[in-house]
Amino acid sequence: MSAADVEVGRLGSELHEGLRSLLGAWALDACTVQEATRLETHLLSCPACREEARQLRDAAGWLSADEPLDPEPSLRRQVLDGCLDRREPAFRVPAYAEPFVAETARLDALLRDLGELDWMEPATLRWHAGTEQRRPADVLCHLAAVDGVLARTLGLPDPTEGADLAERDARLCAAQAERQPTAVRALWRAQTRAVVETAALAPPDLAERLVDYGAFQLPLADAFLDRAFECWIHAEDIAEAVGYPYHPPRGAHIRSLIGLAARILPHVFPSGQPGAGRVVQLIVEGRGEGEWLIPVDAPGPPPPVDTLPTATVAIDGVEFCHLCAGRRDPHRIPAGITGDKELARALLAAAPLLSRP
Amino acid sequence: MPVSSPTPIRWDRQIQRRLARGEESALGELYDQFAPLVHGLANRVLGDQAAAEEITQDVFAHVWQHPESFDPAQGSMRSWIGTLTHRRAVERLRREAAGADAGLGCADGAPLEPPSVEEEVLAAATAARVQYIVSSLPQALRETLLLTYFGGRTYRQAAKELGIAPDTAKHRMRLGLQLLATALSTEPAL
Repeated sequence: MSAADVEVGRLGSELHEGLRSLLGAWALDACTVQEATRLETHLLSCPACREEARQLRDAAGWLSADEPLDPEPSLRRQVLDGCLDRREPAFRVPAYAEPFVAETARLDALLRDLGELDWMEPATLRWHAGTEQRRPADVLCHLAAVDGVLARTLGLPDPTEGADLAERDARLCAAQAERQPTAVRALWRAQTRAVVETAALAPPDLAERLVDYGAFQLPLADAFLDRAFECWIHAEDIAEAVGYPYHPPRGAHIRSLIGLAARILPHVFPSGQPGAGRVVQLIVEGRGEGEWLIPVDAPGPPPPVDTLPTATVAIDGVEFCHLCAGRRDPHRIPAGITGDKELARALLAAAPLLSRP
Repeated sequence: MPVSSPTPIRWDRQIQRRLARGEESALGELYDQFAPLVHGLANRVLGDQAAAEEITQDVFAHVWQHPESFDPAQGSMRSWIGTLTHRRAVERLRREAAGADAGLGCADGAPLEPPSVEEEVLAAATAARVQYIVSSLPQALRETLLLTYFGGRTYRQAAKELGIAPDTAKHRMRLGLQLLATALSTEPAL
């Protein structure tokens, strides 16, 4: 049986046997401090005991199976901030990547809890022009295929190929179809971690670099927000399919996601009139609370803060995100409207156009 | 699942190097990988959410401040972090018990919590394989291991509670862990 019964070596004394008999208790942290100190001193000079100590310590570690209940998601930021206060990081995670880090970590925690049958449960993915049923592993392929355009921009390997998002997605799904869900999860997760690591090590002007989505481009910082947004929404789809609770992102992150939507909306606004200079003020209440001025006729930088809006829309932050994700009916969503009602309605109707299959 | 697929040694070394370089992203990955282990273990030993969160903070701060003290030759990152956690949790438990004893004048070695540890542990274990191996250990070894590890007992306290000699308790702990180590090393990894 293991190293326990092998030849004792040069230290065959009673002392050695006495200390060796403590190894189990030591590995379980069940000795007194004095005993532990004596044993640890002995380990320095006794390879046989050292090897057994390593094995037993490792075995003891397996007694603690991971708890099925994950710690509160808010604990993550708290613990990390506590660490960073004690030792300044040399390479910070850029602020623009934080929602992505948080959302991928939350989805990964959900995936950790999925049982074998949960991985068979089809989730319903919606966008403004349709729905699709996919099992969780295929949802992960979908996320990884689009995350891949970001990876590619950062000089990392692309898990699939091509420019068109739908083709990339289909190709990756086909390539991964025979693999275990855990392997697909590992692939998705490794890529999310690699892009964050790479962005954190890169010079700050990287945030401006354009990421090519095929049909459009986004600066890298916005692409990270886009990926966080989609990760959250599809995590909700998976959670809904398996009947797990799933909460919206933190307020600060919701605010960043809404900011992204506000920046892109003028680009997809179908009733824009170049030169008309109309501005919709978006007032977000609840989680992600804040105000944005959306220049619906002129895609580009937001107008000065004192601009008089043509219309004002007041809406709940999480509801607005769901609207942008194609999960709410723009004609039924509760919103407070003042000013040009038709324009305000047109903005709400345009929001789901931000969703993609 | 982290339990059935131990993180490879290469990952351990890489993350250690990145922590040493001061990469916040490495700290985040480490947290995501091990927070359920750390928080879960501390919570099981201490039975107190707030205390478990403090231990979690303390363990990750230690790793972040002293990544160089991880020695891959001594075992995996998971095992190291598990050890840091367990040690802190039982130290705290014993400190609190000592405080309570001093205040209430309890006898030394009195039970620290209801004796349902074993059942709870087995019920809550998510890893079927580890659960299987542990549950197939002889009863005497199993109860000694679980009472000690999750109950935070010293071997002398455990001996008293189980009505056995301290030497017998030590022997059971060592033998139980040896059996577990052998079973874990011969079972195929997922």
